[in-house]
Amino acid sequence: MKGFYVLLAAVAVVGGGMMWYSAQRKPAAAPSAPVAVVPAADGFRGYTMGAASALLEVTEYSDFECPFCASFATVQMPVIREQLIATGKLRWRYRDFPLPTHRYSRYAALAAQCAGEQGKFWEMHDRLFEQHQWAQTGDNPRALFRDFARAVGVDLDKYDACMDSQRYAGRIEASVQEGEAAGVRGTPSFYVNGRPVARSTSDDFKALVDSLTKKRK
Amino acid sequence: MIRRQAIVLLTLVGLCVATYLWLYKIGVLGQLQCGTGSCELVQASRYAELFGLPVALYGAGGYAALFAVGLAGLQPRFVADRRVARLLAALATVGFGFTLYLTGIELFVLHAICRWCVASAAIMTTVWLLSVGELRATPGTAPTR
Repeated sequence: MKGFYVLLAAVAVVGGGMMWYSAQRKPAAAPSAPVAVVPAADGFRGYTMGAASALLEVTEYSDFECPFCASFATVQMPVIREQLIATGKLRWRYRDFPLPTHRYSRYAALAAQCAGEQGKFWEMHDRLFEQHQWAQTGDNPRALFRDFARAVGVDLDKYDACMDSQRYAGRIEASVQEGEAAGVRGTPSFYVNGRPVARSTSDDFKALVDSLTKKRK
Repeated sequence: MIRRQAIVLLTLVGLCVATYLWLYKIGVLGQLQCGTGSCELVQASRYAELFGLPVALYGAGGYAALFAVGLAGLQPRFVADRRVARLLAALATVGFGFTLYLTGIELFVLHAICRWCVASAAIMTTVWLLSVGELRATPGTAPTR
């Protein structure tokens, strides 16, 4: 019996020691460390969804860390996708506009771009908005975004290389500059065929599509 | 006796695992050592909290209770006490049910697996099987007059 208690004490010491060791380890560096970013000149104009032949195109300037953007993406966007984009009435263009007050939004935009490199932009976009708790915790989301990337099916070696090199930081900066030039002041902001619109619900967009398509007839 | 010892040992390991996850959740630990699993995804999901408290804290509480009851059951005066076996089986059944729920969330809702959660699930399942075996093996106490 004495041996059993010694074994228990050993397990407790090893378990406690491992936790103490984990607590002493330095956390990973904040991924949002400032870097000198030069806007990309690759002509990239954002990921799009919907038929190229759609009469109307909405450009959304959005920030992955913004709660209003998350609410729009999870509540309104599914209806817009089903009723307007899937039916060929609307084409959607996503542009990054990470706000400087948000610590990890630029990093999230980078993660989406790196998933987009492998054809999984919208899947990553959805994950980042649907599981938005990361934006409230303030914790370093590096490992979480990597889990998202794994879950949406990207090659993690390529994803890691893309993230480590910040390959698309220039694209994101170019998107921000484009938004500022267009007059974006907050997120989400919407432009229909290049003109700003104050819309925020799927009903708003349905009404807009109906009114504009009627005018064209 | 050997079953109770195994229960005590396993619940101590489970207590370490649950405490580790809880410390991560409250920000004491910077990053989970996860290897090939999707621990961060599982821990950051809304299912990692229940009634405003981290799920891991409930796990730590459950393991602590099982550990305490199991340890008490090793004392000579309680070795043949069927009430200890009943209490162990009841606590382990609640823990096992909770484990089934959480594993179902991982597999069918999140489609992600956290290796620490798998470890805890394996521990709780084994504890439950041992506690049921203990209950069946412990003879009923004769009524006293």
